Amino acid sequence: MASEPQTSFNEEFVIELKECAKLLTEKLQSNQFEEASVLIHTITQARDRHIFQSVGRLTRGLHNAIVNFNVDADLSKEPPKIANSDIHDASNRLNYVIDLTQKAAEKTMDVVDEAAPIAMNLGQEASNLRTEWARLKRREMGPDEFRQLYDRMDDFLGQMVTGTGQISKNLQDIVLEQGFQDLTGQVLKRVIGLINDVEKDLVSLVRIAGQVEEIAGLTDDSETIEHDAEIMHKRKIEAEGPQINKERADVVSGQDDVDDLLSSLGF
Amino acid sequence: MKILIVDDFSTMRRIIKNLLRDLGFSNTHEADDGVTALPMLKNGDFQFLVTDWNMPGMTGIDLLKAVRADEKLRTLPVLMVTAEAKRDQIIEAAQAGVNGYVVKPFTAQALKEKIEKIFDRVG
Repeated sequence: MASEPQTSFNEEFVIELKECAKLLTEKLQSNQFEEASVLIHTITQARDRHIFQSVGRLTRGLHNAIVNFNVDADLSKEPPKIANSDIHDASNRLNYVIDLTQKAAEKTMDVVDEAAPIAMNLGQEASNLRTEWARLKRREMGPDEFRQLYDRMDDFLGQMVTGTGQISKNLQDIVLEQGFQDLTGQVLKRVIGLINDVEKDLVSLVRIAGQVEEIAGLTDDSETIEHDAEIMHKRKIEAEGPQINKERADVVSGQDDVDDLLSSLGF
Repeated sequence: MKILIVDDFSTMRRIIKNLLRDLGFSNTHEADDGVTALPMLKNGDFQFLVTDWNMPGMTGIDLLKAVRADEKLRTLPVLMVTAEAKRDQIIEAAQAGVNGYVVKPFTAQALKEKIEKIFDRVG
């Protein structure tokens, strides 16, 4: 959005106003009431003109924002029906991220569910064989038992080869599944870019709106101030999702912190 | 023990279900929101509720409050497992009567300890 020299417009108006005011005082002091009246009319007209110009800048700014973000909307509907837009696109991309990460997590857990029993069984059998082997070493084993152990060991070695082969493949599959991070990272970067652009434009619009308020003589009334305070209060206990800034004073830094906080309150 | 796991992300429900199974609790059921969980609890005879905070329909904190306000469910042990980590939220949950609060990301050990603590207390 092009940044126009906004302050000069208001300044221009103020200069015009000051000159008229000086002239008005002169007219009044010299009892030229009719001319003074005309002057008041002129001042009012100038103010109105400036308000309209500021409002025009504001609407132009809003229009540019809608164009900038490719908003394709039917504004005649109540509420307006948005068919398409950059933000719509960004939403879709974010849903894609949720989808992709969920699939990767599920697939990874499936692979682990496959590998875990193999590892457990091999471990169990190894443990059992170890007990038997210890008996053998202590010469507590008869020839029949030894023959069984002999065959069992052979089986076990076979299981180890197959089992560890399977587990290796599973581990490799898990690593591959993490590839989602690349795709999701790319998508997220684009969305971050869009959000920053939206914020920039909003701030620009707020600035123009501020100028309109200034000229029109609108100020923060007590109702607005009260309403803002209410919103700030609600924000304190509002859900925010995972905290990423550990430096924040109002946020705990881990489970230990949570436990300390709760026990300090007597829970 | 019949347990209800509530979280709007199926991945997290699966993780908690697996961890509970490793701890010996295999009678687990799932809900994806406070809205669907509450009727399940009311009609269910569940003995333990594990819930997230952030859910689109009814949040975990509201589910907790609804449970504590219900004559039949008042004493149901509730463990919150959530990413919400603001002090004010933790305090709010404690004041609303939560029995344990586990913050994400969590370890299997942390989950185990909190569950043991809850059932040591309740007895």
